[in-house]
Amino acid sequence: MTQLDHNEVTAPRITAALFATCLADTMFPDVAKATVTVLERLGVRVEFPQAQTCCGQMHINSGYQRDALALIEHFVETFEQYEHIVLPSASCAGSIRHQHGMVARRLGKPALAARADAIARRTREFSEFLTDVLKVTDVDAYFPHRVTYHPTCHSLRMLHVGDKPLRLLRAVRGIELIELPAADQCCGFGGTFAVKNADTSTAMLADKMANVLGTKAEICSAADASCLMHIGGGLSRLTSGVRTMHLAEILASTESGETHGVSVRPSRQTSNPGSGNDV
Amino acid sequence: MSDRTNLPVYAPLGVGRLQGDRTFPAAAKIALADGQLRSNLRSATATIRAKRANVVGEVADWEELRRAGEAIKASTMASLDTLLIELERNVVANGGAVHWARDAAEANRIVTGLVQATGAKQVVKVKSMVTQEIGLNEALAAAGIEAFETDLAELIIQLGHDEPSHILVPAIHRNRAQIREIFLQEMPGVDRSISDEPAVLAGEARRYLRKKFLETKVAISGANFAVADTGTLTVVESEGNGRMCLTLPDTLITVMGIEKLVPTWTDLEVFFQLLPRSSTGERMNPYTSTWTGVTPGDGPQSFHLVLLDNGRTATLADEVGRQALHCIRCSACLNVCPVYERTGGHAYGSTYPGPIGAILSPQLTGLTGDGVNDSLPYASTLCGACFDVCPVRIDIPSILVDLRARHVEAAKAASRIPSGERLAMAGVGWAMAGEKRWQLAQRGAGVLRHSTRRTTIRRLPWPLSRWTASRDLAKPPVQTFRQWWATEHEDPS
Repeated sequence: MTQLDHNEVTAPRITAALFATCLADTMFPDVAKATVTVLERLGVRVEFPQAQTCCGQMHINSGYQRDALALIEHFVETFEQYEHIVLPSASCAGSIRHQHGMVARRLGKPALAARADAIARRTREFSEFLTDVLKVTDVDAYFPHRVTYHPTCHSLRMLHVGDKPLRLLRAVRGIELIELPAADQCCGFGGTFAVKNADTSTAMLADKMANVLGTKAEICSAADASCLMHIGGGLSRLTSGVRTMHLAEILASTESGETHGVSVRPSRQTSNPGSGNDV
Repeated sequence: MSDRTNLPVYAPLGVGRLQGDRTFPAAAKIALADGQLRSNLRSATATIRAKRANVVGEVADWEELRRAGEAIKASTMASLDTLLIELERNVVANGGAVHWARDAAEANRIVTGLVQATGAKQVVKVKSMVTQEIGLNEALAAAGIEAFETDLAELIIQLGHDEPSHILVPAIHRNRAQIREIFLQEMPGVDRSISDEPAVLAGEARRYLRKKFLETKVAISGANFAVADTGTLTVVESEGNGRMCLTLPDTLITVMGIEKLVPTWTDLEVFFQLLPRSSTGERMNPYTSTWTGVTPGDGPQSFHLVLLDNGRTATLADEVGRQALHCIRCSACLNVCPVYERTGGHAYGSTYPGPIGAILSPQLTGLTGDGVNDSLPYASTLCGACFDVCPVRIDIPSILVDLRARHVEAAKAASRIPSGERLAMAGVGWAMAGEKRWQLAQRGAGVLRHSTRRTTIRRLPWPLSRWTASRDLAKPPVQTFRQWWATEHEDPS
């Protein structure tokens, strides 16, 4: 594990282009802000290419590949010049890495596909970028709360991030990390699935929420704002009192509270170090 | 003998029991309301999942085995035309007869004719997906021939006038109390005092079936694999009923999809390892039967192999979707699928449920743009659990995504009037393809902030009401990330 100070002293300054994702940009800006906070704390020079919009995953996964093609082209134009592209979403990273080239090829654009493939190799989801590129697991975060982590489907089975997010969380001071039962089961979001197959989606969400509530965690975290929008939407409807927070928001939290708009409230209950099922 | 010279030059579409009468969301709604079904499925799939994980985990070269299975199937499909003729030649050389069926209707006519030629009025059956697919039992009944299912779960389904809901465990939606009720009501000569102990129920079924095995002259089976270079057919099973059917009667008729082929005898070693561990979670299945044509004085003296297309050639023509033909019907994808676990198999409307059904059924029947099976590729969150367990590495999520694109293309071709969804997707796509347009759209979304004084949005108009029926939606923020970045990071000078 590389210590933060060591990293700052020896590593050459890396420039990374942030792809905020359309969802975080529009609906959950705190997620993207927290991503910037953590990256800058680790000495990364973050750029935000203004032309960015959406990766096109919703269109691709709904069958509208022709509409997605324009978005893929736009994404490639916007990010082609950067050596590192980082984004706070495993699902969008999965689409960029596994779908952009495939769609371009299917629609007879081999040149675009080749450019998309090259970008795909430089694109990393937030936890991958921290552990694989920056080689950091301790980001000097402080978060004195009881947290359970939902490893999202695309982070597990498309990107194969394994336990990278958990390694990052375990290094957070003050955190009480509770293992989520049946963690690898889908929450039922699935993009337009949540609307097209709303009943099945809700049945899956009900089981996910039961598992989250069973941990008695204050916060359910994940690497995707989209899955958290789903789980959080259900928890909010139940007035369960359990909040959702993106992995980046937890890692952005520090003792001094110097974060971009993210408040770290002190825990209302004293945690008992011996009582939790620590992951 | 062979009538393959009469096969059409076009690829026939699949007919038979490959499509339900309502879309997946509509059928799922009914299934989701059945609490007994949900609880039966939850415990049954969890049990099989755990068993599979255990026995797969102990095989050090499991990933290599999967890759071998994938490679054998891919090369088989690449030369299916010549391998099928090789199979036919070897079956015939060993005293069997081979029949080619374009679709379900033709296969039913062939089998019915073969049974009628023996004069038999009843047949025993080995559990088989393909005879479910073509609706053979119903076709035989229409000709006055009674078919008796001899697999325990299939017997439960048949006695209960029910439909299978799982590839491997067709009665997964029934628990033992329900099975006892079915036996008491429907099994001729049942012992009225039976309990719902599994051993007691199985014993009662054995007593009933033993008589059928001994008095029936014709058996009908499917096949797990056919070996081209020897002409050998194989059936793997757990209960021994298959062995009875394959050895006792005078006549054996095997119906097989044309994709169930492997090139050589040695290829079987890969699948005999992959299949039992993936399907029942066993290291080895209890019974493996293989036969090659007929053997004088031993077993059935008359053997017929019916090779069925029913949409398979059409599926083979698709570069992405053809992988679905690699399936060895283990049902591991069903057991890990979070959608299947909640809805069960009937919601898929086809003989083939679960993730494999969602990619196989619409390809066999064809996507029309507005058909019932067009809803199947959407019956998934693309969570990817199915691909991880597939013993032949069928990339089900990618095929689902491809079929969705084919559905949209078919819908566009079928109707000149665009659907609301198509218009919305085109509109959002247009807005997102340009940064200025997208920023305007973001400001438009921000207006939703003022739709409610609550901290979250609890009601939205159709079709987003399907979201807010069970989930709140966060209010859009005062400031988008882009706006915040401009104030914090962009140097105004």
